[in-house]
Amino acid sequence: MSENTEPRTAAAPDPDRIPGTQSEESDIETPDEGDTAFVTSLDTAGGTHQPSAVPVSTQSGSLPGAPEEETLLRKIFTGNGMVTILAVLLALILGGLLIAATDKVVGTTAGYLFARPSDFLTAVWSAATSSYVALFQGAVFNPHGTGVAGQFAPLMETLTIATPLITAGLGVALAFRAGLFNIGAQGQIIMAGILAAWVGFALHLPIGLHLLLVLVAGVAGGAIWGGIVGVLKARTGAHEVIVTIMFNYIALYFLRYLLDTQLFQRPGETTPISPILDPNAVYPLLFGSQYRLHVGFLLAIAATVFVSWLLNRSTLGFEFRAVGANPKAALTAGINVSRATILVMTIAGGLAGLAGVAQVAGTEKVLTDGVAATYGFDAITVALLGRSSPWGTFAAGLLFGAFRAGAVQMQIQTGTPIDIVLVVQSLIVLFIAAPPLVRAIFGLNPSKKKASTAGKTKQAATTGGAA
Amino acid sequence: MSTTATSPVPGQGKSGQATPESGKGRRPAESAKPVTWKLPVTLSVLAVVAFIFFGLLGPQGTAKFGVSSGGDFFQLPAIEVPAFLSGIVLSLILLGLAGYALVLKAKKNVRPPGWLPAVFTVVFVVAFLIWVVGGARTPSISLAGLIAGSVTLAVPIVFGSLSGVLCERAGVVNIAIEGQLLGGAFTAALVASLTHSPYAGLIAAAVAGALVSMVLALFAIKYVVNQIIVGVVLNVLVSGLTGFLFTTVMQADADKYNSPDRLPIIDIPVLSGIPVIGPILFKQSVVGYLMYVAVIVIWIALFKTKWGLRVRAVGEHPQAADTLGIKVNATRFWNVTLGGAVAGIGGSFFTLVAIDSFTKEISGGRGFIALAAMILGRWNPIGAFFAALLFGFADNLQSIVTIIGTPVPSQFMAMLPYVVTVFAVAGLVGRSRPPAADGIPYVKG
Repeated sequence: MSENTEPRTAAAPDPDRIPGTQSEESDIETPDEGDTAFVTSLDTAGGTHQPSAVPVSTQSGSLPGAPEEETLLRKIFTGNGMVTILAVLLALILGGLLIAATDKVVGTTAGYLFARPSDFLTAVWSAATSSYVALFQGAVFNPHGTGVAGQFAPLMETLTIATPLITAGLGVALAFRAGLFNIGAQGQIIMAGILAAWVGFALHLPIGLHLLLVLVAGVAGGAIWGGIVGVLKARTGAHEVIVTIMFNYIALYFLRYLLDTQLFQRPGETTPISPILDPNAVYPLLFGSQYRLHVGFLLAIAATVFVSWLLNRSTLGFEFRAVGANPKAALTAGINVSRATILVMTIAGGLAGLAGVAQVAGTEKVLTDGVAATYGFDAITVALLGRSSPWGTFAAGLLFGAFRAGAVQMQIQTGTPIDIVLVVQSLIVLFIAAPPLVRAIFGLNPSKKKASTAGKTKQAATTGGAA
Repeated sequence: MSTTATSPVPGQGKSGQATPESGKGRRPAESAKPVTWKLPVTLSVLAVVAFIFFGLLGPQGTAKFGVSSGGDFFQLPAIEVPAFLSGIVLSLILLGLAGYALVLKAKKNVRPPGWLPAVFTVVFVVAFLIWVVGGARTPSISLAGLIAGSVTLAVPIVFGSLSGVLCERAGVVNIAIEGQLLGGAFTAALVASLTHSPYAGLIAAAVAGALVSMVLALFAIKYVVNQIIVGVVLNVLVSGLTGFLFTTVMQADADKYNSPDRLPIIDIPVLSGIPVIGPILFKQSVVGYLMYVAVIVIWIALFKTKWGLRVRAVGEHPQAADTLGIKVNATRFWNVTLGGAVAGIGGSFFTLVAIDSFTKEISGGRGFIALAAMILGRWNPIGAFFAALLFGFADNLQSIVTIIGTPVPSQFMAMLPYVVTVFAVAGLVGRSRPPAADGIPYVKG
């Protein structure tokens, strides 16, 4: 039923979206591609609205008749690649200030700030940098490691943690492209984990076949859980954000129930933990037993290639993007919007399911109620940072994997809590979502065209100032 | 500023009622829509389920419900009901109600009256309760305790859902309720510890919630970022910030930074002795009383005042509102800020009433339940209040069920609110429609 969707889609659709979509199709190889993806997802995830936050000039596939007034240099500095880098930088600076603000030495030196300000500044600098250095050493390269193997151990750990982030992030990103807000990666990972783990420890099959079945079961689990949301959205118009949030909780409580039953609980255990998966059912390790990195990472790369092909080269992907850009226009063009909605949620769920398999068959080898950790929610930020493009999501997954891996080391070395990673991650996404803010902070907003855009939101600006 | 005036304007009451979007007003479009089979069929399925499980397969024992608690003004005897018989009777009533809805649809092609789903829900819950308690190892619970506990657990959910109502009625989707609750809880604990005054903590909590909301408003309105993105990210940001500061500041010196005094429970003499109702209405903390006040004030403000009419106009049709001279984005900004303050007060419940310290993730996803309560309550403060009570009830029942030992796993109890919400948004139980411009930024021109 369209009871719920009708009022939302009733808002004036932006006619500009259609040319935008077509031009995006024509120049998919341009580096700006991810940007359009992001804008598209912004427009349609919560309804239709005009993308005035991002000046038209910075979008790819410039609209017909748009004058090329900007110089190349300006393009580089105000372009979205630059904004991404500046956003990361800004978030790191703010995170560093937060670390410094709670640092003991900084607190002491602040007491005699006016007598010797250099002490204070040194303390601030060392507090922030020592944390970030520890973060880097824990995420990429540790010069104090034993041998080459030990030095690169952090990098391997980063890739291990990035694996579920990338696949789940791809699921979220794919749904974004079709205009759907998939908050449900968490639940999809859990359902995938349940099925994959059960196949993994309950069945005893020959090598190869067993792992394949674990993989299929997990992906199917995620796909079904995502697909139900798609069906509900397509058939009843239920808003996918609410449904996926609810499905996360339903999946979590279902998992907790199962871990309480004889079917899933490890014999002789009182804690909710499943038996260990069969050796035949787990991913082989990539570089021997010294690292946790497993074949799941190669599957994550394969999944990225697959999503990239699906979105940019296949008819189905074109339908997804058309639905995401403007459902009404897509319907008029003869695309079955319901089918696209159900399919995209199913595939998105399957991708998140791959993350669930990576967890139970790769990293953990056992099912607990923390199987999904916070990967499902992190996947949202990963997809946002990756601007919903497959390779962007891949890169963002690596970055956040590095944050996660490094934060553990950082907490051990400097005592800076892991939570700082959440702060930095969310700040990055906030800044990237609002390029004018980042440009304003770095004084890169001189264009007259942008001034007129700013004029439109002047009213909001004044209220913001009053606050 | 006239747009923020909250005083009831007598002349506006009627026009407020007459707008299509007022709580009870019937939309012309709604009656024009075809009446679907969804509701009658769903009710029938539920009634059959109730008949089979609560009736035919119902437990044979008696369920005992204690009504009075020790300190009551006068004592009432405990209610004892034969579980099997009442299961049969109640499920027959459910079948009758579902049948009536089916007949209405088949014969006259009209929607069942509004009271029908409500009565159905109440009877269903009662039948469910008798079934659960009757089948328990110790088939006896205190009804007064159950209801009082439900209200207590519902307090933050009510505040959160009111925040959602305020934001979404003005057209801004507020997924950040969880962050507002958490921010409020953290700040309340911090400020109350530093000042040794829980009331200062309460005010600080409101400010903190408002600040979180202002970020949402700034990004959603000024930078026109997708509101759901901002909400989701804000939840992560607040969770990270509070977690970071909890570890670095609060844990380092818990006596100084994380030992707030609790808000006292204010017991109104005599009235609080009334069985069942007394403890709910007249034996609450300041936050508890504020909850009742907030529900009523926000309902009146939204549906009976000029301000409310403007807010709803902004949420339904911003272009029209703008044409009439209402400052759309300013209205939205202040409404979202107000909503954050309300949620912040709700967050203070965790650290100033429930327990007397802050821990990481103390809000435990109740912001999302609040979101569900708002939807189930159809974007209406009073509806949201009762939906939140239902969720508090399920939450409380879950812990009681574990104690008295029933065949139903407690995890399924915990799952119940979420399942109900999915049914609600899917339109299978009643109908929930958001404000028309909900989530759509307004850019002039």
